[in-house]
Amino acid sequence: MKKIVLLLSLLFVLTFQFESAFSQRFPKPEFENGHQQPPTLTPAPRASLMQWFDVFVLLASLSVASWLVIKKRSRRGVFWLSVFSLAYFGFYREGCICPVGSVQNIVLGMFHPGYVIPATVVLFFAMPLIFTLFFGRTFCAGVCPLGAMQDLVLYKPVNLKPWLQKALGLIPYIYLGLAVLYAATATDFIICRYDPFVGFFRFDATFSMFFLGGIFMLMSLFIGRPYCRFLCPYGVLLNLTSLVSRKHLTIAPTKCIQCRLCEDSCPFGAIEVPSPVKPAEMRETTVQRFLILTIIIPVLVFAGGFAGGRIHEKLASVHPKVELAQHLLNPEKEVTEEMRVNLDAFKTAGKPTKELFAEVAVILHDFYVGGWILGGFLGLVFGLSLANLSKFKYQPDYITNKGTCFSCARCVDYCPVKDENPILQKPQN
Amino acid sequence: MEQHQEGNKIDRRKFLNSGIRATIVLGIGGLGFSLLKNLSAEELVWQLDASKCIQCGRCATSCIMTPSAVKCIHVYAMCGYCDLCGGFFRPETKQLTTAAENQLCPTSAIKRKFVEEPFFEYEIIENLCIGCGKCVKGCEAFGNGSLQLQVSHNLCKNCNQCAIARVCPADAFSRVPVKSPYLFKGFGNKKLVKPAEDDE
Repeated sequence: MKKIVLLLSLLFVLTFQFESAFSQRFPKPEFENGHQQPPTLTPAPRASLMQWFDVFVLLASLSVASWLVIKKRSRRGVFWLSVFSLAYFGFYREGCICPVGSVQNIVLGMFHPGYVIPATVVLFFAMPLIFTLFFGRTFCAGVCPLGAMQDLVLYKPVNLKPWLQKALGLIPYIYLGLAVLYAATATDFIICRYDPFVGFFRFDATFSMFFLGGIFMLMSLFIGRPYCRFLCPYGVLLNLTSLVSRKHLTIAPTKCIQCRLCEDSCPFGAIEVPSPVKPAEMRETTVQRFLILTIIIPVLVFAGGFAGGRIHEKLASVHPKVELAQHLLNPEKEVTEEMRVNLDAFKTAGKPTKELFAEVAVILHDFYVGGWILGGFLGLVFGLSLANLSKFKYQPDYITNKGTCFSCARCVDYCPVKDENPILQKPQN
Repeated sequence: MEQHQEGNKIDRRKFLNSGIRATIVLGIGGLGFSLLKNLSAEELVWQLDASKCIQCGRCATSCIMTPSAVKCIHVYAMCGYCDLCGGFFRPETKQLTTAAENQLCPTSAIKRKFVEEPFFEYEIIENLCIGCGKCVKGCEAFGNGSLQLQVSHNLCKNCNQCAIARVCPADAFSRVPVKSPYLFKGFGNKKLVKPAEDDE
């Protein structure tokens, strides 16, 4: 019986093959007992409208953060806001979408017209920058879930030596440069891939992700916000914009009285200690330094660019197509199990090898140009930080470093100067 | 006199700062504007093109979720309701019973239900499915190919960079607007698949 039906159905298929829009080996059966074929379930994704709600929450929390930092000068307020942000952007939204990663979407959108970028992503990228431009890094203080994660577990901050801090502070530039390079060449989104905290937000991740996150969490107990200070690529942009911010958190509400109480209050090393008054520099020394720097910086830029251009193949080798082409070019190369599947998949797809090589040539050229730009950029960063270090800055008061300060408002609580302090106020007649 | 000079200096710095500030605002505005032509108001989600899928098994292992957000979805409209289901039974199976040793699925996520002679219905239990694609391969080899791997969007975290897309050898993943997140293969008629919210 079964065989007959099977045979009949096969016959049926063969006869009506050309009539049906799609060929099936076995036709859809007609049930005699009235059995209803269940619908195919395609669970819907989260509504698009919710994305706009996220934008609204971001705008609201940025406004509240700026108000708390600039107007209220309230550490407690910032603390509770960061708890909220951690809960909403972190654990509820599970770390996606975040402004830190949006850098890559923007870059991909710029270089690949085919990539349609959601408007909400552009807003997520731009809004914290604009707020920073006017109020300092209030985004870092109370809105960023990654920052909040580290800030809330900070138990016993250890002060790092200034030279170490300066040296490690260069890593974010490298990270940003690489992230932009890989996003521009549509290779990978490395910021998202190596996001150490997203695994905690989701309570689920691969072992390596948890491992990385665990290391950062352990470090965060003793080193204030290690990711923010020494890795965060978005922090680079915030740092630079914050330097020219219109308003910024100040330690003393009015005039600093140099009481030194705030000196050790900053766990992030962002308080600048007053410099002892130094005699004015000799004019010759200034000119000499200026001359040396005008030579050194272009040399560094060029050297960086040259080095970047030299290693462009290494940089490109993580691109899956480049990797594939490398294996096709030298078949003797040791093939991993994973690579074998890739090679098989490529062969079954039936794409001509020539086409792949042509594509890879374009990718390699992009990487060559990108390598030069990346190297030049890093050389410039290095040169400018040398210039910055060699310059003596006189400043009489305890102030926050506008670039590196996260506006967390911890120092505010240490300052004895009060706005309503009658002694400091102008005598009223 | 001295104070006046100092005041001037601060003003100059302020002027410079606001100049830079205005430049950055303009820059961000310009960036937004330049992106405008390929800007979409819609969110993007990850889509698995079932026609490209080669069932390599990486969906099961590479997703940041355990188990994977990629699941086997049964397109019933394509199913032949075979007794000897290539997606359900191991190739060398002798008895067509639901005994564990006969099943292809490593987690027994396929429920075999008798409908009427000689038809059986196969249902995927989403909680158990790990997205390994073994059944998909079997169904494609011996059946109609009605079992297909798809990103289950109620589970997908919609990572900015899908971890599976990065390692997919067939390049089957892409970012698509949220409107049409599923892409089945094998039939042109999209009406065969109903969105889940419609049946409630």
